[in-house]
Amino acid sequence: MIDTIDKTKANDALIADLKDFREEVVRKYPSKVGKKRAKSIIVNNPEEPPVIQANVRTIPGIITQRGCTYAGCKGVVLGPTRDIVNITHGPIGCGFYSWLTRRNQTKPVDDNDSNFITYCFSTDIQDANIVFGGEEKLKQAIREAYELFHPKAIAIFSTCPVGLIGDDVHRVARQMMEEIGNGINIFGFSCEGYRGVSQSAGHHIANNGLFKHLIGRDDEKRGSMKYRLNLLGEYNIGGDAFELERIFEKCGIHLVSTFSGNSTIQKFENAHTADLNMVMCHRSINYVAEMMETAFGIPWIKVQPIGARSTAKMLRKIAQYFDDKELTDKIEEVIAEEMLVAEVARERARKTTCGKLAMLFVGGSRAHHYQDLFEELGMTTIAAGYEFGHRDDYEGRRVIPTIQIDADSRNIEEITVTKDEKRYNPRKTEAELKALDEAGMDFNDYEGLMKQMERGTLVIDDLSHHEMEQLIERYHPDVFCAGIKEKYCVQKMGIPLKQLHNYDSGGPYAGFRGAMNFYRDIEMIVGCSIWKELKAPWESEDYIEAHYAY
Amino acid sequence: MRKIAIYGKGGIGKSTTTQNTVAGLAEMGKNVMVVGCDPKADSTRLLLHGLAQKTVLDTLRDEGEDVELDDVMKKGFKNTSCVESGGPEPGVGCAGRGIITSINLLEQLGAYDDDKQLDYVFYDVLGDVVCGGFAMPIRDGKAQEVYIVCSGEMMAMYAANNICKSISKFGKVGAVRLGGLICNSRKVDNEANMIAEFAKRLGTQMIHFVPRDNMVQHAEINRKTVIDHAPEHIQADEYRQLAKKIDQNSMHVIPTPLTMQELEDLLVGFGILN
Repeated sequence: MIDTIDKTKANDALIADLKDFREEVVRKYPSKVGKKRAKSIIVNNPEEPPVIQANVRTIPGIITQRGCTYAGCKGVVLGPTRDIVNITHGPIGCGFYSWLTRRNQTKPVDDNDSNFITYCFSTDIQDANIVFGGEEKLKQAIREAYELFHPKAIAIFSTCPVGLIGDDVHRVARQMMEEIGNGINIFGFSCEGYRGVSQSAGHHIANNGLFKHLIGRDDEKRGSMKYRLNLLGEYNIGGDAFELERIFEKCGIHLVSTFSGNSTIQKFENAHTADLNMVMCHRSINYVAEMMETAFGIPWIKVQPIGARSTAKMLRKIAQYFDDKELTDKIEEVIAEEMLVAEVARERARKTTCGKLAMLFVGGSRAHHYQDLFEELGMTTIAAGYEFGHRDDYEGRRVIPTIQIDADSRNIEEITVTKDEKRYNPRKTEAELKALDEAGMDFNDYEGLMKQMERGTLVIDDLSHHEMEQLIERYHPDVFCAGIKEKYCVQKMGIPLKQLHNYDSGGPYAGFRGAMNFYRDIEMIVGCSIWKELKAPWESEDYIEAHYAY
Repeated sequence: MRKIAIYGKGGIGKSTTTQNTVAGLAEMGKNVMVVGCDPKADSTRLLLHGLAQKTVLDTLRDEGEDVELDDVMKKGFKNTSCVESGGPEPGVGCAGRGIITSINLLEQLGAYDDDKQLDYVFYDVLGDVVCGGFAMPIRDGKAQEVYIVCSGEMMAMYAANNICKSISKFGKVGAVRLGGLICNSRKVDNEANMIAEFAKRLGTQMIHFVPRDNMVQHAEINRKTVIDHAPEHIQADEYRQLAKKIDQNSMHVIPTPLTMQELEDLLVGFGILN
């Protein structure tokens, strides 16, 4: 079985043209803005990834793709857990617009298993609560939620006004935990929307909360399988986690927890009993991986099971880590079986997709992961970037010591984690870890997006609307991948947009079957001729153009 | 109708000065409303002979939308209309937002309508203009005229200067103007001259120098204004004079705030008697 495929090269003329993009696109900006944006628009060099400006404030007036800190904390990280009642403390809009909009799915095991994902809980604070403080209303909301649902845990998420008026959600959580008793776990997050430059701050805040309030509270080892893993940074959009669960089970691997797709509180509390952490979305969850390594001695590796080959690669790394013939044989057997089907689907799609161009501007890991799938389809990603990635997500973790900690980052709580004397248990000896690392396990490392992209392609952080339009007008990609905010603007320009936040109504795209879904969907998208017929009325009519003469 | 806001450093005597001045205007036969914009709700105590009425925000909270003007407005000394905006207890919620909500509600309830035939509305505002809420009385065509209560003490003048910054900011885009400084004497050296000079540099006037007199304290203990408690006393005349000066004042300016250095130089030049 071949592990890598020859990348389809973008043609040299195009690569040459991309060089001038930055200069021309920033010329339209006022000089100060242009100067700042230029640092985030980089011509790639995979051998020596250049420095890119990332995780800095968006310039006011620029239409950004980014979301807020609350969205990152409540929507992304904690949202997918089915048995926590997530209460948004704030006016109703924040709760409403973060209600199931990410299409993260969950599957209760039986009728007794709680599932609150379909509900939207909010304190719906009003003018009077702003003036007199909202803590009483929050307490009332917690009481009501408890009486109605008897959840094992309740989480409180602070919105902007709550931070302004100084409601202490953490104290309320402690008070209500005492009042309700019954072993309920209640905890709050100071994830006010304005806390950081993007949703990334919310991920960090959520990670801290997961570690402080949940991880490591349940020591019981469950399940009979001896290979125990956690999957971090997989949020079960469109059922991705279901497909990965299927694969692990087939291989005889016990998935102790997933953070946080299809997850439960108990799985979080039990996560420290796993022997390896696999980090999928590095940006949103690397903090938990780091903290679990320090406290419990669980090493972590970066995986990207997006693409059939990439999934196989992940499985082989797991086999390498456990170094057990039985597991290795089983994994090879599964890979052979799954790849056989996936290859047929891929070959079929490639007839249409080969040589086509893609652009990816999404998330803090997806703009990287999905390049694996496009490579499998013979497509080239000529421009990509994250909404809320940091420099390490682009250039690799080796640059972390050189990242300047600015005031915005200092605004986020840093928790100090030490070795858990009772639970710390090194999974491998130092020598074993070193040998595995040298054999390519790459523990605690992430190479970043730039390593994978071709020389001369564009890497753009926090893409602005103007830059997006320029990319489309100049290079006419066959598919543009982003989110709902960009979708209809791009499609009106005659270019199909595939949403990679919520997959439109598609998915799953992870694992082997997910890859097959993606092959089929992209084949349909790039093979569809309707986009060429799309003309706005003014494009086929005569019109008079005029300029102001001052 | 003239809408007047009284600002000044906390504890400088804004509420006392406001109510005594209002008593003076009421005595002249003017129809006056006082809106206390302090969460402590003690801006109308002397006119009402005690903390009598429920605040706007408490009423709004208890009654919901079903609020009548009579629920929040009480008649005080010589038929003055007294309203307390109220607000949260210290350390909770947002007092600034409270003022915004309260003033909007008073407008909706028609507290300022022509049929009330008001000559004056006084907003007695808590302390400095620390946030947007505390600037509400001077925004959006509410108060057009501001008087700052100050003394010859450094911090009082510093606060007055800060308030001038916000008046000058809002004045440039709206109708609010500074009417003058009211010097509520703390008996510091050369006080009257210094405040008169300070006012001049700000581009305004010291409209009145209110001397320090223990009668104010006596009247307060009796929950009355001086005019109410001891109408014959000389201090009562001081407030009558202030009321008259405000009534006749036509000097309305956008102030020119001083730099910190200028302010300190002023203190050195005037504040220390040789």
